Amino acid sequence: MSETEKMVPPKSRAGDIKSQAAAWLSRANAGDWSPEDQTRLDTWLAQSTAHRAAYWRLEAAWDEAERLRVLRAPLLRPDMAPDPRSFAQLKIAAVAMVIAMVGAVALFQTQAPTTLRYATGIGGRQVLNLSDGSKIELNTNTILRVGKIAGQRKVWLDKGEAFFQIKHDAAHPFTVMTGDHKITDLGTKFSVRQDGDRLKVTLVEGRARLDSTRAWSRKQSVDLSPGDVVVATTNSLSLLRKPEKALNEELGWRKGLLIFDHTTLAEAVAEMNRYNTQKLVIDDPLVSKLTVDGTFPIHAVPEFTEVAQAVFGLRVETRGDRTLISK
Amino acid sequence: MVEKTPDSKNDGGMPRRAGDAVTATHVKAWFVREVLPLEAMLMHFLQKNWRNKSDLEDFRQDVYEHVLAAAEVEIPERAKPFVFTTARNLLISRLRKENIVPIEIVADLDVLGIAADEPGPDRSLFARDLLRRLQAALDHLPPRCREAVILKRIEGLSQREIAQRMGISEKVVGNYVAEGMCVLADMVYGEQTISRSDA
Repeated sequence: MSETEKMVPPKSRAGDIKSQAAAWLSRANAGDWSPEDQTRLDTWLAQSTAHRAAYWRLEAAWDEAERLRVLRAPLLRPDMAPDPRSFAQLKIAAVAMVIAMVGAVALFQTQAPTTLRYATGIGGRQVLNLSDGSKIELNTNTILRVGKIAGQRKVWLDKGEAFFQIKHDAAHPFTVMTGDHKITDLGTKFSVRQDGDRLKVTLVEGRARLDSTRAWSRKQSVDLSPGDVVVATTNSLSLLRKPEKALNEELGWRKGLLIFDHTTLAEAVAEMNRYNTQKLVIDDPLVSKLTVDGTFPIHAVPEFTEVAQAVFGLRVETRGDRTLISK
Repeated sequence: MVEKTPDSKNDGGMPRRAGDAVTATHVKAWFVREVLPLEAMLMHFLQKNWRNKSDLEDFRQDVYEHVLAAAEVEIPERAKPFVFTTARNLLISRLRKENIVPIEIVADLDVLGIAADEPGPDRSLFARDLLRRLQAALDHLPPRCREAVILKRIEGLSQREIAQRMGISEKVVGNYVAEGMCVLADMVYGEQTISRSDA
């Protein structure tokens, strides 16, 4: 590639460089990459910022594409030719699934009566101190069951949100079961929130692992490090990392606080509504896009609507157990 | 898989000043972390200010080259204003060449809130939306190309296994993968909608 044309780019100069960069990157990932190849690539990269810009961009996207692995099973389309090997795998998977189902039924039958059920109502909060020194804090509108089988540490979060501070015990891992997933703790502080089919796990300290437990899918699992937030639904799983400040804000409920930081009014209202029977309703899409900052006690509905009135000049109207916010 | 980390090996080959603290590794990490997530917004900005769509990719490449060249001397403190100022300047010099008066672009930077001192929620939005864009990228690939990319990146098969499975040569597998890499980058970085971040 000639460098002299840099200031007056002819058409598709960028496309050209992109193709070259892609050819390099594809070769580098093909599996027979020698030190000489690396030297040649290094030389090409050192030739111009143009090469570096194009190559780094493709490489970064290709690295990001690794995340697609969490979706392995659903991504394989029926239109892709299966080979004998995958049939064999399917058969093994089918056998394993039957065994798993039998196991699940057996477990369920023996365990159902041996769990203790804890529940909080709207706006409620409860702290459970377990005999092993672990602590669980239930947030509003939550149902959690604790297994009572000796030597096994297992809880079921059926609904709502809870924060876990778990005493590590390598011989007896602590497991949180949710609808479609299980979280295995490796000595950590983390929160789990179950909202319909949406699961959110936030890891504050230590390490944990999230596995999907759907019998029909291939196994998905993610290892979490501090700051990781995983949002999983039945068909998807995404991982992002949050700074400590954002984590603390999310866990404000443990101190009875809701902390908003550039939060849209729609999200803020949804959060307030989790804790209060007096429901806030926004009936204007433009209003829901406004953003709020601030800290509110979880029950401070009047203070919240006051801010809406005073700061945004919105109209607030209460009818029965609903409070309408509009322009 | 074979390791490919050109950044860590060829620092010496990179054009930078002796004793300069900026290494190629730093520049690359900064570029990937701060600049690439701005691409959708950048493309939107370029698109609004330049009629001829076939020039957009060249503009983007130009912006990246200028930004990288500057970063290799000193990494800019705030990526966003730097990237968009560079883009604006490139547009203006191009417009001057074609004798068009570029008044609107200058105003436009303010509308986008780019001049303002705010890091913006771009990166967390970017991460949150990443999986969806990756899937969209896969959907955009022609079937054979998609198959090669899935077998390579998701299933982790070797080039030879993919070639055997698809009944094509390893070289063609390589071409499909290269094609897929381009589409992935364009969707992952280029497609991010800006409507949510400027609300």
